[in-house]
This record gives sequence, C-alpha cells and structure tokens, in this order.
Amino acid sequence: MSTTHTVSSAQTALDAWTREMIAWHFSPDTGSDYWLKWAETAGWNPLKEITCFADIAKKFDHFDDDVLRDEQPERFVPRAFAGRPYNIFETGGTTGMPKQRVGWEDYKVDYEEFSDHYGPDFFPKGTNWLMVGPTGPRRLRLAIEHLANHRGGSCYFVDLDPRWVKRLIGMGEMAMARKYQEHVIDQAAAIIRHRNIQCMFTTPRLLENLAERMSLVKAGIKGVFAGGTTMTPQYVRFVVEEVLEGQINFAPTYGNTLMGLAISRKLQPADNYSITYYAPQPRAALRVVNPDRPSELVAYGEYGRVELTTMTKEFFVPRFLERDEAIRRPPCDEFAWDGVGDVRPFQSLTKTIIEGVY
Amino acid sequence: MSDTIHIPVLRMGQTYRSLDTIKFAVAGHSLEISVANSGLIRRDLQHLARAGASLRAIPCNTLVGYCEKAAELYLHGNLPWGDGDRLQSPADYVAALSQLTGLPHSLGRANMGKVHAAMSNIRAVIAGLTRGMPLELFDRGVVRQEGLDINFFPQTESLGVLLPSNSPGVNSLWLPALVMKIPVVLKPGREDALTPFRIIQAMIAAGFPKSAFGFYPTTHDGGDTLLFGNGRAIAFGNDTTLKKYAPYRHIQVHGSGRSKVLVGDDSADQWEKDLDVIVHSISANGGRSCINCSSVLISRHRDALADALARRLAAIEPLPREHPDATLCGFANTAIAKGIDERIDELLKVPGATDLAARYRQGPRLVEMHGQTFLRPTLIVCDDLQHPLANTEFMFPFASILQVPQADMIEQIGESLVVSAFTRDRDWSAALMTSTNIERLNLGPYSTMRVQWEQPHEGNLFEFLYRRRALQGDLPSA
Repeated sequence: MSTTHTVSSAQTALDAWTREMIAWHFSPDTGSDYWLKWAETAGWNPLKEITCFADIAKKFDHFDDDVLRDEQPERFVPRAFAGRPYNIFETGGTTGMPKQRVGWEDYKVDYEEFSDHYGPDFFPKGTNWLMVGPTGPRRLRLAIEHLANHRGGSCYFVDLDPRWVKRLIGMGEMAMARKYQEHVIDQAAAIIRHRNIQCMFTTPRLLENLAERMSLVKAGIKGVFAGGTTMTPQYVRFVVEEVLEGQINFAPTYGNTLMGLAISRKLQPADNYSITYYAPQPRAALRVVNPDRPSELVAYGEYGRVELTTMTKEFFVPRFLERDEAIRRPPCDEFAWDGVGDVRPFQSLTKTIIEGVY
Repeated sequence: MSDTIHIPVLRMGQTYRSLDTIKFAVAGHSLEISVANSGLIRRDLQHLARAGASLRAIPCNTLVGYCEKAAELYLHGNLPWGDGDRLQSPADYVAALSQLTGLPHSLGRANMGKVHAAMSNIRAVIAGLTRGMPLELFDRGVVRQEGLDINFFPQTESLGVLLPSNSPGVNSLWLPALVMKIPVVLKPGREDALTPFRIIQAMIAAGFPKSAFGFYPTTHDGGDTLLFGNGRAIAFGNDTTLKKYAPYRHIQVHGSGRSKVLVGDDSADQWEKDLDVIVHSISANGGRSCINCSSVLISRHRDALADALARRLAAIEPLPREHPDATLCGFANTAIAKGIDERIDELLKVPGATDLAARYRQGPRLVEMHGQTFLRPTLIVCDDLQHPLANTEFMFPFASILQVPQADMIEQIGESLVVSAFTRDRDWSAALMTSTNIERLNLGPYSTMRVQWEQPHEGNLFEFLYRRRALQGDLPSA
C-alpha cells in the first residue's frame, strides 16, 4: 500500500505528534508517576523545550530499559488511565527478572494498521490463523489473535518458551533443545493437518522446521507473517524460494514489546532480498545512529545502531538503544520516513550471540 | 571474463550461489565463497537417499578405478575453480592455498601428494580398513570368507565432515567413504574451501556421480546442522570441539593430537642417531598436523637431546612462501599467532619450564617476515608432565621434552593420537600395544608423521560407517 504522506508531511505529522505526546506524558493530569517524577529532577522542562521530534534527540538521554525490570509497572500508568485495568507485557527471551511494560489498546492499533497495509488476499480475510511461537506473558499472543479477529478469522496457538530454549542451549543441552523444537513442530503440524488454517505467524526458524515436515503450499497456507530473528538476504531468499515454494505471501516484520511492529516494504527485484522495515510512525520512530556518537545519524546505506523512540498515550520511551544494528535506508513509496535494513544483532560480527533459537 | 571467482555451494551435486558470501583476494582475483544457511542444508539432507542410490548403481571396483583416475586429475589436471568456466591448474591451487592458509608452496605440494597417495592407493586403503575383504562386499553387502557368509550393512545414508583449514592432507580421511558408497556432506574450513572443492571436481571428472557430494561452506549453526543431520559425522577441532561433541556416538571428533615420541631405555644412548626423525616429527608439514610430535619423552640424556633438538629447530627460519625450502607456515590470522605467542610466554612463567630454542634462534618467536606472520620453532624443556606446557600442542613446530623413566611413560602420556616408541624391548612393546591411550603406534625409530596405507587412520572409517550383522540360514545364490 502506498503512503498518503510526503516526506515533508510525515515529518510535520511526527513533530505535531511529538508535541502532543510530550504534553500528555509530562502534564500532571495525564502523565505517569515515573515520567512526572523524572521531570522534577531532570533540570529541564520537556513541556517547554520539546517542540519537535528532533528535540527528543537533543534533550533526552538514552532510555535505560533496566528501569522496566526494576520499577513497578504501575509507575508507568498515565494518570489519565488511572483505574483502568491494564495488560502487563514482557520482553521476549529475557532470563532472570523480566522487563515489563503496561498496555491497553496499543497492540490493537499496531496490528490493525499492519492488517490494513496488506490487501484482502495477502492474508485471506475470514480465514483462520495459527501462531507458533512465544505466547505466555507477551504482547504478541494477544496481538496475533486480534489480527486474526480483525481480518474475520480465529487463531490457534502453539507455544514455545524461548527462555527455556536459551537455558537449554546455555547448559549445552543441544539434543534436548532439538527435542523441544520437535515437540513444538509436532503440535503445529497436527493443527495444520486437522484444522482449516490459511495464515500463520511464526518465527523464521520454526517456519523452516515446519516446512521440513510438510509442503506448506499443499497444506493450504496462503500467507505467512514472521519476525523475531535476523533475516539476511540469503535467508529471506531461502524462505521465499524454498520454504514457501515461491507461492505463499510473506510478510517479514521487525518489532518488540516496546516498539510495536515495523512493517517491511514490498520486496522488489532490485532489493535482492534485502529487507527494509519501517516503524509505525508517529507512534514509534526508528533512527540508525553512529554507535560511538549516538546523537548522530549514519549516512544512508551505512550500518549503525538502531535507536527507538516510542510515543503513544499508553507508553513513552525516548531514545532506547536497541541491541540491533541495521542499514539506514531512505523513505520509499510505501513509507515516507527512514527505514532500517538488514537488521542484525548489534556487533554481531565481533560477539557470540545465542540467536535464532526459536 | 569476470575477475571474481565464485565457489558455489554444492547441494548434493547441484551448484547454488548464495547471497551470503565470504570474500578473499587471491592471485589478483577476488575469490567469493557461497555460504549456506543451516535450513538449506537440512532441506538437502532430506534427499540423501537419492545420493546413495547414485553410488550404489556403480560397482565398487569401478568406483575404485574412478578414485585412482581422480588422483591423477587432482594432482596434475586443470579443474574448475568454481562455478564459472575458469580452470585451476595445480600451480594455481598451490598459490591460492598458500595465500589463504599461509602454507608455503612446498608444503602445499606435499599435501597434494598426500591426498594423491590416498586416492591412488585406495585399494590398499580399503583393504586395510576392511582387513582384506573383497570389494564386492560394497556391491552385495555380503562376502564369503573361510566358509562363512559375512554381511555388513551401512549404518548411515551419508558421512558429514567438518573440515579444518590447517592441513589439506586431512581431506584424505573422507575419500574412502565414496568408494564404500556413502555420499559425503562436507563443511570446508573457513580458509580452505579450495582443497575439498578441487578433490570433488577431480572425482566428478573421473566418473563419480555429482549427487554424491554435498559441499556447504557454512556458519557454526550450519556446522552443527551437518553434524546432527548425518547418521555419521566427523569433526576436526580442538579440546573444546571434543568436549562439545563427545556425548554423541555418531560423531567422531578429531581433537588435539598430543602425539609423542617416546625414547626407551634401549634407545636413549643412541639419541643422536634418531635426531633427524625427531626433528621431522616435530617440524614436518609446518608443525600443523595433529600427528606432529608435541612431546618427546626420554628416560635419560634429556638435556643433551634437548640442546641438539633446540639447535636444529632454531635453525628453521621463515622463508618466502614460494621458496622451495620453505617449511614454516605463515598465519593467515595474525591474531592467532599473537595469541599463541602470548599464551606460551604466560605459561613459561610457571616454574619448571624453559624455552631452549630461544637461546639459539635469530630473534623473537613471533616475527613478521616476507609479508607474513610466523612463529619460530619452540622447544620447551619441562621438569615434569604436570607443567601446562608439557602436554599441549600448537599450530607450529612446538614440542616439550622431558626425562621420564620408561616404566612411567605409558601411564603418564595421557591420550595420544600417535606415539612413536623408539624401542626394541619386547615387553615394553607389548605393554604399548595393549595400552588404551594410544590411537596409532609406531614401534621403532619412525616419525609420528609416518603413514602406512594399509593401516586405519584416526579411527577405522569402515567400522564407523558399516556394521556387521549376524547372517544365518539359506543365502540365495547370486
């Protein structure tokens, strides 16, 4: 779907939204205890000094997400929502005390927007979904079900606990990790064989494993939405050509509990399977910054660290440095703002990282 | 013609260009190597039955002939560099191998000789592995010996091999599998994709079916996929590799060799006569092999032998890679050389060890010469085997030397890939032959690097791939 924005109008909308969200989170009537207390000791007044999105990078330090582990989640409840029960969502594969955030409707907004980006046939409307991946305390589980419902279908679930997989790998229990993965795939294969499923959400690795058991085309799958791990161009090509046999629609995404969902632009031959994701602006904005001088953007086409700013009425996170790096890509006809391409773990070329476990 | 040479993935014979590549520069060309993702390997492993069928369709005796022909093509032929039209001469191969691995041309050619010998002696190799059973065993699954029907069956559809980059000669270990009608799935070492690719091209040109070869330059994840996706697999690596895969019966791990020369009581007084053999054991093939000697144990005259050895080893100097007398290898990754040098110096701080070669060599151990980084030969005189430098190995001519009573040697040496025991003592020889910690035993003054084709090498590949079944009753006549 093409954007209705120009680059300039998107920037104007982002600046206006920034002002609105700053007013919301730093006003005593609507803001959360955490941010109001923070402002008291910040030494500057966001209400006065933030006039556009660029000011966020100038004035705020990087958000330390350990706060989400250490603070009680209720401290992040905006006063405007006081008394409204909320969801608590946890981040993906964390071990130890998890990082948590509160939420109400954000996931619905994100996933409806995702749904609207695709036509009625990409994920055929009125058909059922299967989610194979981390459910539990994660936003994703509710989000996928909402997506299925929003498109007129229902959703089946097979859970995978990434924290247990990470622990198994950490203990060197590779054989047990493989058995657990097989157990997950057994369940998914059973659902696909016995229920009418046409759409799926899963992680790329599980998608591969599932397709080793069966032809997903012959199983009647029409659209696959995947996210959660690095997808190199070769990997995307492999998924498109072999796992999905060139016949199933594929929607790779980049996202997490703090950001929501960044949609990938439609692959063109010139992309050579290199994927670019675009944040759900203005609710969240991604910048690709110089790792050594994070106030500076890198040039287009260069790798840098991914920096996230989330600004919804439910949640505010300024300048969070993701544990990912990506190529800064320019706006395109689908999205009138910068994108992040070929995302991979930060400094993955110099560190050993347990990734792709689920 | 493009200046880029591309080495593709071979998906059981089908060439495949990956979008993930590793790039090198060799001989004025850029060399690009396709990297397979693990899922791609898993998908291909589902179709191994086809690969096996293509080999089973050919009589074993014919495959032996193909292997002998491939030996000549490998050693002398112009073979495809990659997936293009460009051909690689033996000289091209040796030069590129040298640039990628640091192996001087002389050792590159010597390793070619080893692989060639393994291929051209394939009849002897197979006979050694099967203890002389007729080749028709692999066609019929059964042979008659001394009035008994003997039935062997394959325990796997394929052999997966994680190859190292340190010494091209190790490729000779997987070759017999093809003649035994077991397809191979290879992950080349990062710096040496050239050798297995050249061998495969020679074998295909000689007549082997393409579909019998999987060639997957890949990541660690892909390597694990390969080891666990094949019914039998071989991994080369260090002690960490050994520990990681030791619990899995289907994986044969070739870790550190810790090969040794033991000079017995009856030979100790004539150490001068055996000096050349010991120097060869330590320094041949640039000291890169796991069958290079890394410890010398002698029951007396340690200091005299150590002094003579140190002088000889210290005289081995780095030479340009093209020099015909070059025997030291450069390190393609200079950080590894630096790390080894620092590690040795750190461990020398533990009392009880001296680098005697340092007294005689012309400068420091770590040296930049001829556009490469080298480690000069090192001999550590140790007071006892408990010293951290006494029973270890590094990827260059490195050895320790100790004085140990003959009676204590077998118990003290620990796991050793090769032991050359310089002795004619019948009782001690018997004790060595019944010891459980020696993989290959040379009795007499022979280099640890000695290869005898009739003997199994680093585990019996036939017994790893095939298993004997009790066969009773009436066998239908052929």
